[in-house]
Amino acid sequence: MENSVHSYLPLWACLASLAAVPLIVLFRREIFLRELVTFGAGALKFAFVLAMLPIILEGKVIVLTLVDGIGGINVPIAFRVDGLGMLFALVASSLWILTSLYAVGYMRGLHEPSQTRFFAFFALSLCATLGVAFAGNLFTLYLFYEMLSLSTWPLVTHHQDKEARTGGRTYLSYLLGTSIAFALPAILYTYVRSGGEVAFGPEAILAESNLDYWPALALLLAFAFGFSKAGLMPFHSWLPGAMVAPTPVSALLHAVAVVKVGVFCIIRVVTGVFGVDLLGRLGVNDVLAWIAAFTVITSSLIALTQDNLKRRLAFSTIGQLAYIVLGAALITKLSLTGSVLHIAAHAVAKITLFFCAGAIFVATGKKYVSQLAGLGRTMPITMGAFFLGSLGVIGLPPSLGLISKFHLVVGAADAGEIALLCVFLTSTLLNAAYFLPLVWIAFFPKKGSIPAELDRPFSWAGVREAPWACVVPLAITALLSTGLFFCSGFLQELTGQFIKGIGL
Amino acid sequence: MEAFFKEAVVPHFNFWIYVIIMMIGLWSVIAKNNLIKKLIGLSIFQTAILLLYVSLGVKEGASIPIIDHHAAERSLVGDAGAINPDLIANPVPHVLMLTAIVVGVATLGVALALCQMIYKDFGTLEEDEVLQKIKALHDDV
Amino acid sequence: MSDHLPVLVLLAPLFGAIAIGLFGMRDHRVCLPVVLSALVLSLCCAIGIVLKVHAGGTLDYFVAGWKAPRGIGIVLRADAINSPILVVIAIVAILAAVFTVRHAGERDTEKTPHFYILFLLLCVGLFGITITGDAFNVFVLIEVTALTSYGLIAIGGSKRCKVAAFHYLIMGTVGASFYLIGVGYLYLKLGSLNMQDIHTILASNESLADSRAIRTAFVFILVGIWTKMAFFPLHGWLPNAYSYSPSGSAAILAPLVTKVSVYVMVRMMVSVFGLDHLEANVEWGHFVVWLAIIAIAAGSTMALAQREIKKMLCCLIIAEVGYMVGGAWLGDPQRWGLTGTVYHILADALMTSCLFLAAGAFAKWHGAAKLEDLSGLFRKMPLAATGFVVGGLAIIGVPPTCGFYSKFYLIRGAIEAGHWVYVAALLASSLVNAVLFFRIFEIAYFGKNPVESHGHGDDHGHDHESEPVVRREPPLHALIPLLAAAALVILLGLCNGTVVEFIRTGLIETATVVSTGR
Repeated sequence: MENSVHSYLPLWACLASLAAVPLIVLFRREIFLRELVTFGAGALKFAFVLAMLPIILEGKVIVLTLVDGIGGINVPIAFRVDGLGMLFALVASSLWILTSLYAVGYMRGLHEPSQTRFFAFFALSLCATLGVAFAGNLFTLYLFYEMLSLSTWPLVTHHQDKEARTGGRTYLSYLLGTSIAFALPAILYTYVRSGGEVAFGPEAILAESNLDYWPALALLLAFAFGFSKAGLMPFHSWLPGAMVAPTPVSALLHAVAVVKVGVFCIIRVVTGVFGVDLLGRLGVNDVLAWIAAFTVITSSLIALTQDNLKRRLAFSTIGQLAYIVLGAALITKLSLTGSVLHIAAHAVAKITLFFCAGAIFVATGKKYVSQLAGLGRTMPITMGAFFLGSLGVIGLPPSLGLISKFHLVVGAADAGEIALLCVFLTSTLLNAAYFLPLVWIAFFPKKGSIPAELDRPFSWAGVREAPWACVVPLAITALLSTGLFFCSGFLQELTGQFIKGIGL
Repeated sequence: MEAFFKEAVVPHFNFWIYVIIMMIGLWSVIAKNNLIKKLIGLSIFQTAILLLYVSLGVKEGASIPIIDHHAAERSLVGDAGAINPDLIANPVPHVLMLTAIVVGVATLGVALALCQMIYKDFGTLEEDEVLQKIKALHDDV
Repeated sequence: MSDHLPVLVLLAPLFGAIAIGLFGMRDHRVCLPVVLSALVLSLCCAIGIVLKVHAGGTLDYFVAGWKAPRGIGIVLRADAINSPILVVIAIVAILAAVFTVRHAGERDTEKTPHFYILFLLLCVGLFGITITGDAFNVFVLIEVTALTSYGLIAIGGSKRCKVAAFHYLIMGTVGASFYLIGVGYLYLKLGSLNMQDIHTILASNESLADSRAIRTAFVFILVGIWTKMAFFPLHGWLPNAYSYSPSGSAAILAPLVTKVSVYVMVRMMVSVFGLDHLEANVEWGHFVVWLAIIAIAAGSTMALAQREIKKMLCCLIIAEVGYMVGGAWLGDPQRWGLTGTVYHILADALMTSCLFLAAGAFAKWHGAAKLEDLSGLFRKMPLAATGFVVGGLAIIGVPPTCGFYSKFYLIRGAIEAGHWVYVAALLASSLVNAVLFFRIFEIAYFGKNPVESHGHGDDHGHDHESEPVVRREPPLHALIPLLAAAALVILLGLCNGTVVEFIRTGLIETATVVSTGR
């Protein structure tokens, strides 16, 4: 029997940003107040999440039932916070504060229109993200999953031009289409199959069911493709399409919140719906693992060819998400640990990279990789952070990425999947190949490849950084990515609690 | 053929009649082009149903269902003093049909009023012409 | 007083209509207070009935004390299936009534009292159909509803609405007549018009229940009701009738009339013919689910082809009717499909009300009849647009709106009945609805021709927030019902457990009636 605590904290954490929405709209004319509300809500949310941290670290689970499932009739809405949800919530809510600061700098720097709508929907989408993190059953998960898709659409299409319209269409048709066509039937099938049980708990939902190989495979794939926020190929193209969004959106939502919700759901499905035992017995996880492996390699190769910096980052994200799915699909203790840790590791690293891309755009208007030569001299902090961030994504020390990738690789070896181990290693090389040369030419451009007026020795006088509100957050996240290498203890402990909770 | 006639048609002739009349009405509702003719068909259709109901209340040799204070003289009352139901026609279908007639009249009234308005607007009661003129109206919503 | 609640539900709007006839003709200002007070009284009574049914089970009321077998009095019967429907009818009617303030007869203000008389009589008809326990009364009240509907549709100024009303009249009368024939056969065989009596007789006599006359009666009743609810091949009258009628009329007709007809079908199946009997003896039950699937597909496809907002919504109604008929005929042992149907009657009434109120508001205050006309809506009337978005999401079936939960129960029933094609049809229709509504949201959000991609950072001189946004919401009397409907759509979704539990007590109660009757 797991040790559960009843508490309203998850609800407050969710509502903190929801309550901010009307206030943000109310203060649309008082820009200062409006941003104060955003920060206040962010701090409050983070505080609520932090307040839950000690409880989870003690090995307990927080449960809260909002709408009860009476006698198998109702569709219950319930929260349940375990190590995995806690870790994800911690990442999302802490990075929201930084992103808000960054967004203020970015939106003001570019004089973006409709900032009120932007901040309002941003707060709404964060509410949905935490809802997913804390979801106590499949229906609650689905509810917040859809809420996230819908509330991010106005953010993706923020510019309201033709490009945004196309991107928004792709975005929504992929996310909503797959979730209705695959995830919803999968949930309903699970519901019927398990006899009306959809709550996550120490026992997996379908653990007792005698599923056969083919139905189980179909169900697993329906979940994996249905939660297409995870960007598994072939349902990945919404992510590059969503890059039309302003950079803070890309940073928080498409490196942290939205995509991580996707992989989070898949980890939940693997551990909470099927259960490690059932998957191991049937062996359907291999198929998922190979799809993820394919996605890892293909997306890395595509990323190499992308000249648009944000698109390159997007394809890199697809690859890294597939890492997490692959780790989950291997269902060993180590690979799952790596998978969960990589949610945090990739989040801090990738958000740094996106912040940098945005900062470069704000400061210079450049958005192509080929334009970056010599930029290290005018924007040393940004490019330095970019370097640290790319270390995190590649998995080189000192970064949290190393720890998670180490677990993943060892996990693959543990599972005896040498081919998949090679996938990890190859992909790491590819990651390095699409990031490091970029950093190199930024700091050490070839002679004559940049305009003469830039081609001079470095001096602080020549530094032209983006506004401080952009630079500070990216410096913080870069340092976080590095610093967590040295103090990843609590993250590992949270992961450990989660792994213990599912009985590995 | 004759057996069929004797077994199915004669004892149930009221059903045959109502169905035939109803089909005539339905045919003109569907096939006629003139709106008024459609309404006539609709009335025939409804009347056929009235006939069905009224014929249900019929009993051979039965009298009208009115409480008769001289009933005893006409041997309508049995020995116990109760009214013998076999000798009184079932009043319920008639009552129901009174309601149905009222409904039918109201429907017809509304329909005729609509026809009048259509005629005012379009200058014709031929359905195809009305539809043509509607098409020409486009975008006057 | 509280013993008379079932009849008061009917009498309040009836006397309201008479009062308007007496006093409203001279002074139009009388109309609205009378309408609202009558409907609020009905709402209170309906809520009272729900509470009483919740406390003490089925409620029988004999009008004027005429009890069988002494007379054939009018029986009103409220149970857990129809009492929530009464509440929803009252709510939707109140919302529509508030919405119609000052534009009742649209162009012709002289017609205001006429409009409200018809409006209240329509409510009488709807309440009556829902609460009556007598098969023949259903016919009369269907005709009351239908006659007032024709009037409400034709009261608009446009030329088309009269022709639409005429076609509706023809179809509606034929449908009601079919129903009447069916009832005639029932009476012929069973000698009773009381639904409960019919049920008891049928349940106790298997060979009679399976006789040809009773089967014929059932088919006639079913076809008649299908015509009234615009079930797919019989739907022809609906799109024109509802889309050309004035907005105030559409706001009450579209949400309620078809739904109440679906209720009649459910009532006939559950407590007249008996579900067990139907499942055992109706071989073509499966075929009806296929018809429903076709209806869903056809409704969704037609909706995709429409360029006008109201027409599109009308096509969606046709698809939704397909949902409900299919759910009722699934025949899963736990009756989840039927539960979903009854819940969807409530949910769809509120969703459709929300959408038609929004469409009416857009037509009146944004001049929008076609989808393209909605451009810039989010900027102009953000609150009204939000109400529309909630309605749209409910039709798509996004949690936590009630549309999600009704689909959930329907799909649960379909899975348990093993009817996978119906599941697929529901999901596909959800996808189509998503396309439909996001097409609209996109137009409303981007404008008709979004500006060419302005190269980032080049010409960001214009900050939209510094220039005053031209924001003109519809007036409050239109906005409040719209937002109230949107809120109710979400509220009904959140309370789905309570509502469904209540409905199921009714369904289970009637099921036990069947077993004890045998």
